[in-house]
Amino acid sequence: MAGLTISNVTKTFGDYDAVKDVSLDVRDGEFLAVLGPSGCGKTTLLRVVAGFEKISSGQIRIGSDVVSNASGSVPPEKRRVGIVFQNYALWPHMTVAENVGYSLRVAKVDKAVARQRVADALSLVNLDGLADRRPANLSGGQRQRVALARCLVAAPSLVLFDEPLANLDVHLRASMEDEFAAFHKRTGTTIVYITHDQAEAMALADRIAVMDHGRLAQLATPRDLYREPANEMVASFIAQGIVLPAKIMSAEQGGHVRAEVLGQEVVVRCRPGEQPRADAKICIRPPDLEIAGKGEAGFDATVTRAIYKGGAVRVELSPVLQPDLHLHVERPEPGSFEPGSQIRLKITSGWLIPNGKPA
Amino acid sequence: MTARVKESRGQEMALTAAVAVVIVLLSLLPMLRLLKEVVAPGGVVSDTAIRLGLSSSATWVATWHTLVVGIFGTLLAVVLGTFVALLVTLTDIRGRGVLVLCYVMPLMIAPQVTALAWLQLFGPASPFLKLLGLAPPLGTRNPLYSTEGIILLLGVQYGPLVFLLVRAGLRKLPRELVEAARAGGAGWFTVLRTVVLPLMTPSIMAAAALAFVSCVGNFGIPAFLGIPANYLVLPTLIYQKLAGGGPAVLGEAAFLSVLIGVIAMAGIVTQEIMSRRRDYRISSTSLPAEPYELGRWRLPVEAGIWLLIVLILVLPLFGLVLTSLVPGYGIALSSATATLDNYRFVLFEHAGSRRAFFNSFALSIAAAVFAVLVAVPVGYLIAWGKQRWVRLVNLLIELPYALPGVVLAIAALLMFLRPIPFTGIQLYNTIWIILYAYLARFLVLALRPTVSGYHQIDRALEEAAQVAGAGLFTRLRTIVFPLVAPAAIAGGLLIFMTALSELTVSALLWSSGSETIGVVMFSFEQGGDSNYAAAMSAITVAITFVLMLVTNLLAPYLPSGVLPWRD
Ligand SMILES: Nc1ncnc2c1ncn2[C@@H]1O[C@H](COP(=O)(O)OP(=O)(O)OP(=O)(O)O)[C@@H](O)[C@H]1O
Ligand SMILES: [Mg+2]
Repeated sequence: MAGLTISNVTKTFGDYDAVKDVSLDVRDGEFLAVLGPSGCGKTTLLRVVAGFEKISSGQIRIGSDVVSNASGSVPPEKRRVGIVFQNYALWPHMTVAENVGYSLRVAKVDKAVARQRVADALSLVNLDGLADRRPANLSGGQRQRVALARCLVAAPSLVLFDEPLANLDVHLRASMEDEFAAFHKRTGTTIVYITHDQAEAMALADRIAVMDHGRLAQLATPRDLYREPANEMVASFIAQGIVLPAKIMSAEQGGHVRAEVLGQEVVVRCRPGEQPRADAKICIRPPDLEIAGKGEAGFDATVTRAIYKGGAVRVELSPVLQPDLHLHVERPEPGSFEPGSQIRLKITSGWLIPNGKPA
Repeated sequence: MTARVKESRGQEMALTAAVAVVIVLLSLLPMLRLLKEVVAPGGVVSDTAIRLGLSSSATWVATWHTLVVGIFGTLLAVVLGTFVALLVTLTDIRGRGVLVLCYVMPLMIAPQVTALAWLQLFGPASPFLKLLGLAPPLGTRNPLYSTEGIILLLGVQYGPLVFLLVRAGLRKLPRELVEAARAGGAGWFTVLRTVVLPLMTPSIMAAAALAFVSCVGNFGIPAFLGIPANYLVLPTLIYQKLAGGGPAVLGEAAFLSVLIGVIAMAGIVTQEIMSRRRDYRISSTSLPAEPYELGRWRLPVEAGIWLLIVLILVLPLFGLVLTSLVPGYGIALSSATATLDNYRFVLFEHAGSRRAFFNSFALSIAAAVFAVLVAVPVGYLIAWGKQRWVRLVNLLIELPYALPGVVLAIAALLMFLRPIPFTGIQLYNTIWIILYAYLARFLVLALRPTVSGYHQIDRALEEAAQVAGAGLFTRLRTIVFPLVAPAAIAGGLLIFMTALSELTVSALLWSSGSETIGVVMFSFEQGGDSNYAAAMSAITVAITFVLMLVTNLLAPYLPSGVLPWRD
C-alpha cells in the first residue's frame, strides 16, 4: 500500500494542455474518485499516474518514490500499479486463469504458488469455477471482475480504475458498486477511481476530485462538495446546482452572511472571513426553493416548462426580474404548473461561492 | 402504380442480370471449362488426363520444387514482413511514410523485373560489381540461379504483402491490451512475445496464406532464375510444355494448372482451419498503443532498416539501371561506355518491343477502364444490395485473382482455342484473348477499393436522389459514380500498373503481333540481351513510380488502405 502525491503536473499534447497544473494527494488506503465532464482530462491524469504517458512538468510520487517528473519516468511495468479499464482489456487468447495469472507468470512466480493466488483472486471476486473459460464467453460484469482479479493478484500498491462500470447496465452497476466498496474495505488498497457518474462517486469515495478543462476544480469529501462548492463550475456541475447572482450585505458571522438575491433577502452559509461585496454568486439546490406563502419575502417567477418525472414534476422557471436566469424545482405530483403562469418563490438557504482560488 | 413498380424493378433486374452475365463470363465459365478438360476431356468422363499427369516424373519433380520454393519463400516473406511491420508500427522510428513507400515498392514492380534486377546485380557481368572491382570472372555461374535464389527473391517480393496485412492487424490492436500487460509488470519484449504476437497470429496466418498462393503461382521469378538452372516449378513446366508442344499438350497443361490451383487452395484451407481455432476477435476500438521508445537503439535500428531497404530495393534497381546503360554483355560501365542506345533500341528500333509497348499500354488501359466501369455497379450490389447471393458474387470475382495466373491463362486457352460457337469469332492467337484474361484476373483489384468506398458513403445521399425521383440508372450515373469514382479510379490505376508489365498470363497467351512488355523482356533475357531487357524494365519501373505519385494525388478522397504504399 502507498499513497499517491501529484504535484503541479501538466501534460501537454501538441499545444493542448490535457492536464494543467494539477496537485493532489491521495492518502494511503484512501478511495479517491475523479469526476468531471467528458474530455476534461480524467483519463489522461490516470495514464500519467500509471506511467503510460510522460508528464510535461511537475512531479508524481507513489509512496515515497518519485515515479515521474519532467526529466524522466519509471516505466509502467516497474510501478506496481494495477489498472482496470472501461473496456476490460482482457486478452482474448488467454483463459480467465491465464489472464489473471499473467503478472505472476511474468514475475516467474512458482507455478503452484501462482495457481493458488489466482484461485484466491478469483474467489475474491466471486468467479470460482470460471478459471478455464475464455473472456469471449463471459458476461460484461464477469469480464470486469476478471479484470479486477487480474490487477489484484499482483498486490499492487495502488489501483487505478477508468470508468470501470460505464459499459454495464444499471442493475449490474449497482451490484458491482457494492463489490468495489466491499473490496476496498477488505483490502485497504489505495484507489483512484475515475467516473463521470456523480452518484457512483458519492457512494464510493472518501474524497472526490472534480476536474474541469484539465484543472483540478475542487478536492473535497462528497458532503463538502455538495454543500460547499468552491467555485461556480463545481456548484453547477454537482447535483445540478443553481447559481444565482447576489449582493452580500453583511460580514460573516457564525458561518453566515446576509445576502440579497433576486430582490429577496436571504441568510446563506459561507466561509469564515467573508466581507460585503456586490458581484457575488450563491449556489442553491432545488430543495432550497419553496413556494412563498402570502406576505412572505420572495420573488415572482414564470413557469417555462413542466416535466412529469413519475411521482414528481420538475418545474422550470425564470425570475420575472431576470428572465435570462433558469431555476428548477421538484414538486410532488398534484398541482398544475401551466407554462406561462406565475408563481411566487422564496429561497430558504444557500451557499456563498467563495471568491478566487479554491482552498 | 403497377407500371411504375415494374419500371423500378426492371432497372434493378437489368443491373443484376448484367452483373450476373459478367461474372459467368469472367469467372464461372473459364473455371468450369478447365475442370471439364481435366475430368472429361473430349466430353467423356475419363481419368486419362489425371493418370497421364500423375505418371510423369516431371510432374512430381515440379510439384516438389513448387512446394519447396512456395513454403520457404512464404516463410521468408512472413519473417521479413512481420519484422518490418512490428518495427514500423510499434516503435518510434522516424520517417515512417517514406519507409513504408520504399518497403512496399517491390510489390508494385513485376516479379520478372525484380528477378532481372537482382540477376544484374550479382552476375559476373554486373556493372555494379565491376564498378566496385568485385565482379567474378565472366563465365562464373550467377549464384541466384538456384533454389535459394528463387526463395530469396520470392521472400523479397511478397514480404510487403505480409507487411501490409500484419500492419493492418497491429493498427487495430487496442492500446489497453498492451498497457494491461505492462501494468502487470511485463517489459516490452515480454509484451511482444506473450500478447502482441499471439494476438497477431490470425493476421500473420492470413498473410502467410496469401503469400503462399502468390509464391506458388509466381512465374516471373522461377522463369528468370530457375529455367537457366533447369529447376522447374509447375508454372514454368507448363510454360515449357506449351512452348514446345503447342495446343496438343493443352490437356496435360490443364491438369498441371489444376494441380497448382489445388496446392494454392490447400494453403488457403490450411489457414482457414488453423485460424478457426484462434478467433481472437478484437471487439473494442481504441487508440493504438504509444510507440515503444527505442532510446539509444533508435539510430542503429533506423540504420539497419534503411540498410534493408537499400539491399532489397535501391541496389537491385541501381543494378538494373547500370545494366541498361552499358552497350553489351560484360562491358564495364564508365563515362566512355555509358550509352542510351539500349533505350533507343527498345523504344524505336526493335519492332517487337515497340509493338509490345503499344500492346501493353492498350491492354492495361482497356482492362483498367473496363474494371472501373464494372466495379461501380457490382460494388453497388455487393455493398448495398439486399440479395444474399452477392457474397457468392464477391467470392467468384476473387477466384481468378486468388488462383495463380497460369490457371486462368490455361482456362482462357481452352475456351477460345476454337472459334466462339455461333459467331465464328476467333480469339485464339489474337490480342483479345489476353484482354479477356486481364479483365477476368484484375477486376477484383478495382472492386475491393470500390466496395470499401461504398462503405464510407452515407447511403442517404442516394436515397435523397431516389426521393427526388431518380431511377436506378440515373442514380448510378449522377450520384453514385461521382461519389465512388476516386476509389474505383485508384483501383483502375492499380490495375494499370499491374497489367503493364504482366508476364504470367501473357507468356502463355501471346502470339506474334500481340506481344506484351513482359513477354518481350523475357525473350530478350532468354536470348542473352539483358541490356535491352534492363532498359525495358527501367522504363516500366519509372512509369509505375510516376503513376504511384500521381495516384497519391487522389489520396485525400480515398478510404484508407486503398493505396498500399500510403501510410
Ligand atoms: N494521445 C492524445 N493526443 C492528443 N490529444 C489527446 C490524447 N489523449 C487525450 N487527448 C485530449 O486530451 C483531452 C482529455 O482527454 P481525456 O481522455 O483525458 O478525457 P476524459 O476526461 O477521460 O474524457 P471522457 O470522460 O470522455 O473519457 C481531450 O481533449 C483529448 O482529445
Ligand atoms: Mg476517459
